[in-house]
Amino acid sequence: MNFFVLSLLKAAIVISVLMVSLLYLQWVERKVIAHIQLRMGPYRVGPHGLLQPFADVLKLLTKEGFIPSHVNLFFYLLAPFLAVSLALISIVVVPFGPEVELFGVRTTMQLTDLNIGILFVLAISSLSVYAVTFAGWASNNKYSLLGGLRSAAQMISYELPLALSLGAPLLVAGSLSLREIVLAQQGTILGILPNWMIFQLPAPQLVGFLVFLIAAFAETNRIPFDLPEAENELVAGFHTEYSSLKFASFFMAEYANMITMTAITTTVFLGGWLPPFPETLGSNWAPAVIFALLGALAVYYSRQAPRPKDRRTLPWVGLALFAVAAIFLIPAAHPLLVPPFWFLAKAGFLMFVFIWVRGTLPRFRYDQLMQFAWKFMFPVALVNLFATALLVALFPR
Amino acid sequence: MPSSYPEIYFPILVQVLIAIAIAAGMVVGSWLLGKRVRTRAKDMPYESGMVPVGSTRERFSVKFYLVAMVFILFDVELVFLYPWAVVYGELGLYGFLVMFLFIDLILWGFYYIWKKGVLDWSREEPAGSQA
Amino acid sequence: MDAVLFLVFAAIAVACGISVVVQRHPITSAISLIGVMGALAVLYLLLGAEFLAAVQVVVYAGAIMVLFIFVIMLLNAGVEPPGGRSWPVRLLGLPMLVILVGLLSFVIRRVFAGGEEVRFGAFTKGGPREIGRLLFTDYLLPFEVTSVLILVAILGAVVLARKEID
Repeated sequence: MNFFVLSLLKAAIVISVLMVSLLYLQWVERKVIAHIQLRMGPYRVGPHGLLQPFADVLKLLTKEGFIPSHVNLFFYLLAPFLAVSLALISIVVVPFGPEVELFGVRTTMQLTDLNIGILFVLAISSLSVYAVTFAGWASNNKYSLLGGLRSAAQMISYELPLALSLGAPLLVAGSLSLREIVLAQQGTILGILPNWMIFQLPAPQLVGFLVFLIAAFAETNRIPFDLPEAENELVAGFHTEYSSLKFASFFMAEYANMITMTAITTTVFLGGWLPPFPETLGSNWAPAVIFALLGALAVYYSRQAPRPKDRRTLPWVGLALFAVAAIFLIPAAHPLLVPPFWFLAKAGFLMFVFIWVRGTLPRFRYDQLMQFAWKFMFPVALVNLFATALLVALFPR
Repeated sequence: MPSSYPEIYFPILVQVLIAIAIAAGMVVGSWLLGKRVRTRAKDMPYESGMVPVGSTRERFSVKFYLVAMVFILFDVELVFLYPWAVVYGELGLYGFLVMFLFIDLILWGFYYIWKKGVLDWSREEPAGSQA
Repeated sequence: MDAVLFLVFAAIAVACGISVVVQRHPITSAISLIGVMGALAVLYLLLGAEFLAAVQVVVYAGAIMVLFIFVIMLLNAGVEPPGGRSWPVRLLGLPMLVILVGLLSFVIRRVFAGGEEVRFGAFTKGGPREIGRLLFTDYLLPFEVTSVLILVAILGAVVLARKEID
């Protein structure tokens, strides 16, 4: 097949999956937070609130797209545009799986593999500072300006530990290409532990992983680092003066950035699409077992669900999960389905951690936040990098 | 497998165009959809329901400027770390020493700004500045 | 194809460059400068200098321009008043510009008369690996001296801003 047609096809698949997950992340987050707080979360629109995202989109679409007259129009509109467009680009270098063959066409499960892959992601993320800065400045509102400034200073401060903590796994893998970084994590340690960067000898990157994850929270302006939109002091921070779809743009950009960050963390530290235990131990069959267990759980729970509606619908959910398990049982489908399954499972777990932390931790104070970046994260990341370098030099593979 | 440069960078071009289209769609869409009504109170900058006081265009703390300045310098240092990490397997202990020498000097700078209190955000702000 | 891509991004770079000078508001000038940086990064990429292209964005667009914008906001710089140019500037500006551009293109054409045509993808040694090899062998001294430069810059930045902090 023509390479360009194939690229367009792959881009279409990736962007549709991305947009659907962006829609549903919001639902997942509200549900998880609600259950952490012993609430039910969205429940009215569709079964278990499953149609809530569409209701939200419709609501935001029909809201008044008000543009206050005190704003600097060009920058006011540029900010949400920049936020969304930059947030959607980075996914292009993320590898979801190895090279596969489908209907006689060989291709990689990745849109493109750059040999500056990580730097590309960093370059794009370093530009997203402008979205919040311009939004804050153009709004001509004191809360917005303070929020935008704080956010910009926070993002550049945490970019240093973020990039530094990435340095150590790059050094072990000896490449900036995300595909080669995943391939450097193949195999096992002592036959049990996967050879992922967080375990890989001689320099396990556990510290690097934690530093990266914390910096990722700050880069995406998530709790406990959501100072730019600390509502008890800054109303809504840099997007105070935004409404309707322009407000939704910032929201969407935040979720898209979260997806990018979890995808990069998975790729660099958690072995990307590689399974947690080797194929010889049957890792290809694990997804089928997991889905079957989930299906069994749904059927079991349906018999004692408190609501009669759930008693009727949950067996069908179980049945659907059994069907998915059946698809994963087909050996011919394994090369195509299993690697993306592991990738999405790991990224999904990290996404859950993002939400979990939001449901658990309070917010930092701004001076603590900045001091934490410079006086703790930066030195720790640097020490980690040089410790890794020393270990790699002393115990070359 | 794509091997030539145009083939490697074509998907990026596609993705950038898709991203721009979606982003532009959202900004333009909000202008097309929904009715707009202007009232005097709605048009004011939001200050928790009060009538806005003073100007937004005030000067703010020099700390933000300093952080950006220090960030540039460490960012430049960081840029050197990436090619170093990639070829580190070939350089070995020599690479470690070379980079240690480089970082060592910069770390003295880091020590200096730490001692000078550039990284202390909770210190008293000078009169007349905000944020 | 190569020529089209080059012309598009060169035109963007030049247009943004002109905009930097022409714009009255400093923040609009700053964003035009970001546009120049971005277009230059793409031009680097077209030449095969992948690493340099990424660094151009990370350092110039992502760090230095953030400082510029902070400074513009810090100083609360507003719209510049129009005019203020003396009559020799108005009279000689355009002719001098034409002469300068003509002279530059003449010199470049003479110096690189026998130069090869640049083709996208012909040069592939601009990746991080090749840069790293050169940087830590042949160009080790300049690299190490850079750290002194950075150190001096750190001291300078703190000394300049210290008056404000104390």
